[in-house]
Amino acid sequence: MLPQAFCIQKRRSETLDTFTLEIEPTKNNRPFGFAPGQFNMLYVFGVGEVPISICADPRSKSLMHTTRVVGPVTKAMSKLRRGNILGVRGPFGSSWPIEQLDGRDVVVVAGGIGLAPLRGALHQLVRRRKKLGKLVFLYGARTPDDILYSRELEPWQHKGLHIEVTVDRAPSSWLGHVGVVTTLIQRAPFDPGNTVAMICGPEVMMRYTVFELQKRGVPAASIFLSIERNMKCAVGFCGHCQFGPEFVCKDGPIFRYDRIANWFGIREL
Amino acid sequence: METLEEMIVSHPFWAGLNPRFLDLLKKCATFQRFDVGQSIFQEGGNADHFYLIQKGRVTLHAFVPGRGTVTVQTVGGGDALGWSWLFPPHQWHFSAHSSDPTEAIVFDAKVLRDEAEQNHDFGYELTRRVSKMLLQRLQETRLLLVDFYGFAS
Repeated sequence: MLPQAFCIQKRRSETLDTFTLEIEPTKNNRPFGFAPGQFNMLYVFGVGEVPISICADPRSKSLMHTTRVVGPVTKAMSKLRRGNILGVRGPFGSSWPIEQLDGRDVVVVAGGIGLAPLRGALHQLVRRRKKLGKLVFLYGARTPDDILYSRELEPWQHKGLHIEVTVDRAPSSWLGHVGVVTTLIQRAPFDPGNTVAMICGPEVMMRYTVFELQKRGVPAASIFLSIERNMKCAVGFCGHCQFGPEFVCKDGPIFRYDRIANWFGIREL
Repeated sequence: METLEEMIVSHPFWAGLNPRFLDLLKKCATFQRFDVGQSIFQEGGNADHFYLIQKGRVTLHAFVPGRGTVTVQTVGGGDALGWSWLFPPHQWHFSAHSSDPTEAIVFDAKVLRDEAEQNHDFGYELTRRVSKMLLQRLQETRLLLVDFYGFAS
């Protein structure tokens, strides 16, 4: 599968080490649809390729990717500006189960940059608000300055999303919660027996979030996670992202927890 | 409006408490409201009350020279506030103020301590519940230490 050329339309810094690129296909390439939770392989020419979740609203005509600078490819990507060209392969992988949520309470739990793969889903959930039961979004970040998409939180709240944001450390000017995101779960307003939970964040955060959700009574089959692994080919051939019997690029990145519970938390995987 | 007894019984901290201890708790409890920004206790002050938050949010904070006031933790409805009242020297380690309009059941800490000394059944119930709260706070603090939101590079 060859990368298609996409042109950067907008670039903005989100936090100190994260940035968002909005991209559209060049005139010889066609736009493609995607479902929230899927990812693209983004190719910085001459440097390399990395898997990045699509964080755009699926109704948007642009693709959007929020990325943290962690290695040579994302560092080079952070230096690209409007008008630069990026190679794109995708979309790949499974998506959040948005269509299966009617009549259910929905709890979305995100940690740090883990909000990016959930952003498109949150847009869709807010649009489907009337079909859902309670709609709760719990978000944790290191500090108030590390909160992603902070300008979008208030409009979402006005559209019926119950939002609780917590940070690890804060100055006295911060009026929200302080503590890890798992502390919000026990008092969040949802009916555990009729709830679907969608979680994305570092694996340690997801592990303890699952623990708290199950303690509250949410069944394993109603919990969905976005797993991150070392994805290379993105089509299930190379084996870099093997996770037990699954390939994260092809069978994931969104998994139902009961299907991966045996592998989740095993150090060697 | 809930009576004080109903508030005590329905607060998660006292869940499952033997009803024979209820009279004692009622006698040393009052209901209090705190406005936004109102001080609840100050670092170094005498820890002579125990607070069970009904509604609202309380911010625990410390003054750090050169950095100003730093928020250590927030607690909300259904949570217990503070444990310094149970252990000598009975002085608050942090300061607390309400960051939302807050309602709390406030217990006289000396009455609780004295009763726990004289009546070990009650003392066991009390320390078991405070230990559970301490364990939860310790686990939350340990999660902060592992950089909960840091992805592998």
